[in-house]
Amino acid sequence: MNNIKEGCMKPKLLNFESESTEIYPVEKFPSKTLEKAVEVFSSLPGVGKKTALRYVLHLLKEDAGTIENFSEVLQNLSNNIQHCKNCFNISDNPVCEVCSNPKREQEVICIVQDIRDVLAIESTMQYKGVYHVLGGLISPIDSVGPNDIKINELIHRLQTSRINEVIMALSTTMEGDTTNFYLFKKIKDFPVKITTLARGVAFGDELEYTDEITLARSITNRVPYENTLAR
Amino acid sequence: MYLKELSLFNFKNYSEAFFEFSEKANFFGGNNGIGKTNLLDAIYYTSFCKSFFNPIDSQNIQSEKDFFMLKGLYLKDGEESIVHCSIKRNQKKLFKLNKKTYERLAEHIGKFPLVMVSPADVLLILEGSETRRKFLDGIIAQSNKNYLDNLLNYNRALAQRNVLLKQMAASGRCDKESVFLWNEQLVKFGNPIYEARCEFIRDFIPIFRSYYSQISDINETVSLVYESMLLENNFTELLENAYSRDRAATHTTCGIHKDDMTFFINDFPVKKFASQGQQKTYLLSLRLAQAQYITEKLKMKPIILLDDIYDKLDDERLARLIAILVNDSFGQLFITDTHPQRIPQVFEKLQIPVKINILQASEV
Repeated sequence: MNNIKEGCMKPKLLNFESESTEIYPVEKFPSKTLEKAVEVFSSLPGVGKKTALRYVLHLLKEDAGTIENFSEVLQNLSNNIQHCKNCFNISDNPVCEVCSNPKREQEVICIVQDIRDVLAIESTMQYKGVYHVLGGLISPIDSVGPNDIKINELIHRLQTSRINEVIMALSTTMEGDTTNFYLFKKIKDFPVKITTLARGVAFGDELEYTDEITLARSITNRVPYENTLAR
Repeated sequence: MYLKELSLFNFKNYSEAFFEFSEKANFFGGNNGIGKTNLLDAIYYTSFCKSFFNPIDSQNIQSEKDFFMLKGLYLKDGEESIVHCSIKRNQKKLFKLNKKTYERLAEHIGKFPLVMVSPADVLLILEGSETRRKFLDGIIAQSNKNYLDNLLNYNRALAQRNVLLKQMAASGRCDKESVFLWNEQLVKFGNPIYEARCEFIRDFIPIFRSYYSQISDINETVSLVYESMLLENNFTELLENAYSRDRAATHTTCGIHKDDMTFFINDFPVKKFASQGQQKTYLLSLRLAQAQYITEKLKMKPIILLDDIYDKLDDERLARLIAILVNDSFGQLFITDTHPQRIPQVFEKLQIPVKINILQASEV
């Protein structure tokens, strides 16, 4: 009996959270259009029904121009975004800004999982080469096999252009490791230098707070001190 | 290290209770259902951040209450530590040491080591190999930090490989290269696990044998045999040879996830041929050896919880057991029995002091 009563209390609890707008229980919408909009928003990652409703109600309060602008941006996203035909980075042109930049070293390729990794490495402003975006990692659990990511395209690049070095910059997870290993097997016979990101104690970290696996690895793979001096 | 005080609030059948314990032996008597085992479980909670019996935390809250709280005061080298555990329905488990909340509960495990001896131990003999692997893993992980990481990674790679085999069976295509890719990971993490298990068994057997002969006092040879496909084969070759079998079975048929232990008394398997008393003695010796192993590795004597100890054990074996437990190589002791005098009499005969608590309905 208690549980049933609690269930009935829910709409009132929701009411308490919002100040100005009447919030309906998410199961019962007064309008089909509203319901559809909530459904679309809640299909986004990390957005549940309640958050979706908040977004929709917020948009409803804005003037018509804002919503129009919003939908135009979304439309453009689907019409105008392309994937660079070299590196599969997201781009406005057939070849992305990095690949078409004459100042970048075209002979060095950094392999990353997705565009977020490109952004992360770009923001360091230390990397002068180009990228290759795989678009995922080998993981049968997520139904991703070697042919579902851009590995054959990478091999094609190695066959057709002059490449000196391939940097494998994938996450240090089980899947990242496996993908690294697969890539290595595929490209080891090409005349290229194959490198991977250094793994070790994070910059500014105190040793006593470093996790044991990282610290053990850093001790094993220690580097000559000269290498740590500014070049 | 010992537990000095424990407060319970809404834990299982305890609404509110406070206990003070002796540094050495503590006895709890009382009728069925009075809360003897629940008290031991509360102590277990403060060491392992979970119940020995029920893995669902919220089901340990007293019915119709919203939360339970446990507070244990430990004394370690003269310093007091307060372990605080509170569980609210539908909320994250909160575990504190000296008012500092743990980010990861795994950090707490091993700080106040404990060994539980319970009638449920018989499952180690009766159930499938997974129970015995868990017993192995639980002990090794306490003293080998890499072990648990290797095990988690191994299980992840195993899950990936099994899904791949199932996908191949469903789609009818054959992708040997991808399957072999996961072999590499299984070997990389599986081999250190295998080595750690071998080493553990080697160290463990002599300790175990010595306890068995001390409790039973008759000349029986006990042994414990580690069974692993890796004993005689190279893991990489095993996986390669099993490829077609794995494909047909749509899962990985060899590896350390198939390891097992067989228990023997006089070369006969305990599961089939041992009497209930022999089984009980065998299990007790396993647990005592576990406590001894932890003592050596962690340089700390674990707390020993003995639940319903009179179950299936004769008076002589019990007396010998208690004599072993109160000597200096074991830590604080908690014993329960339904009979209020039986156990205290054993202690009296041995002239060993014990703190006697008879639980009454009013305390609960």
